[in-house]
Amino acid sequence: MSAAAVRDLDLDLEAFEGPFDLLLTLVLREELELVDVDVAEVVVAFVERLAERADPDLDACGEFLVLVAALLELKVRELFPDAEVEELDPEDAAEELAERLAVYRRFRAAAAWLEQRLADRGDRWFRVGPAPLAPTPAPPRLPPQEPARLAEAIRRLAAEPPAPSLHHLGAFPPVSRFLERFRTLLGRRHRFVFDREVEGLARVEQAVAFLALLELRHAGEVALSQPAPFAPIVCSPASA
Amino acid sequence: MQPSLRVIDNPVDRLARTLEALLVVAGRPLPTAELAAATDEEEERVETALALLLGRYREERSGIVLEQVAGGWAFRAARQAATACERLFDRPVARGLSQAALETLAVVAYLGPVSRPEIARIRGVAADSAIAGLVERGLVAEAGREEAAGPVRYRTTALFERVFGLTGPGDLPSLDDLGGEADELRARLEDVAGRRGA
Repeated sequence: MSAAAVRDLDLDLEAFEGPFDLLLTLVLREELELVDVDVAEVVVAFVERLAERADPDLDACGEFLVLVAALLELKVRELFPDAEVEELDPEDAAEELAERLAVYRRFRAAAAWLEQRLADRGDRWFRVGPAPLAPTPAPPRLPPQEPARLAEAIRRLAAEPPAPSLHHLGAFPPVSRFLERFRTLLGRRHRFVFDREVEGLARVEQAVAFLALLELRHAGEVALSQPAPFAPIVCSPASA
Repeated sequence: MQPSLRVIDNPVDRLARTLEALLVVAGRPLPTAELAAATDEEEERVETALALLLGRYREERSGIVLEQVAGGWAFRAARQAATACERLFDRPVARGLSQAALETLAVVAYLGPVSRPEIARIRGVAADSAIAGLVERGLVAEAGREEAAGPVRYRTTALFERVFGLTGPGDLPSLDDLGGEADELRARLEDVAGRRGA
């Protein structure tokens, strides 16, 4: 196997299927998430290819090691982006690698144990249903009550409420009073000043008079003009 | 003519019949304490009645088998009926568990509650899709967070114990007895290096 052949190494992984070279290209273009790639499977594929040969090609092995090391470093950076990179000397690195591999091997063996256990129990069937509903707890019982107090409470609730006060409504004069008054003024004069006409009236009466003026304007009976904000409002017949 | 049936009517038998009924209605294994609370009996008497039922509902004698599993008691089909069951029913929970799912399940079973980054650290690959699949099957469930802003942690469920026939976490083999020792691995690495150097 030549160094070039390393790049043609066929891979059949969970996240990728195709030549090693394409895998590298996709990773570098960030079109494939390296976290999803099982690098160990890549190594296994390479070792299997290597085992088919009588003499190992050192160039191919060297290139493969460099590429896989780069892949692993990229993957570590993706998995632990915030971790500080601690440079290990080769002996410590080998030690840590061996420790990690040992831990992983234990869990891999545990997975194999679970798989075997599942296979052994393949002839045992049971019902998988939703958990039965627990009975609804009875509502809490009230302590004994005095009927007289209950009757008193109901009597208070059933009593007629006091009649609402309509006193404030009496303070409003009818709008029609001012409508008639302004129509008469418009009939008699060419113009009149609103402020002068309502001078001396209560504030509520002034407000109702203004409402009447707006009604007349809305009906097109009066033309209004005001030279400046808050200046006296001058009223004249709309046709004038 | 109807054959005459002899009904045994003593207190333990009556209790045993009630337990049978509870186990038929339950959709999950029922612990002895729950059976005792439901029947308003002492746990010791419930255990005596369960022993009676274990004798009645056993392989070769009955189509239904009583077993102690997932921290409680439950009925299952006799192994003799497995072929018939297979023709009529499916097992979506345990069917087609991938190697990645089994390894993730093993990590959660031994180390749970454990987070996805911790699983990824041990397995060397992201555990997101494996965890999602296991949660969907009901074998793994969320178990809160270690800190308010920390990652979600996962644990195995009672269904996991039921599917794998475990009475509890203690039924798993010791991790130290599985896989290989670091020393053994190191020796093999050195051995390979020595042969290459020779």
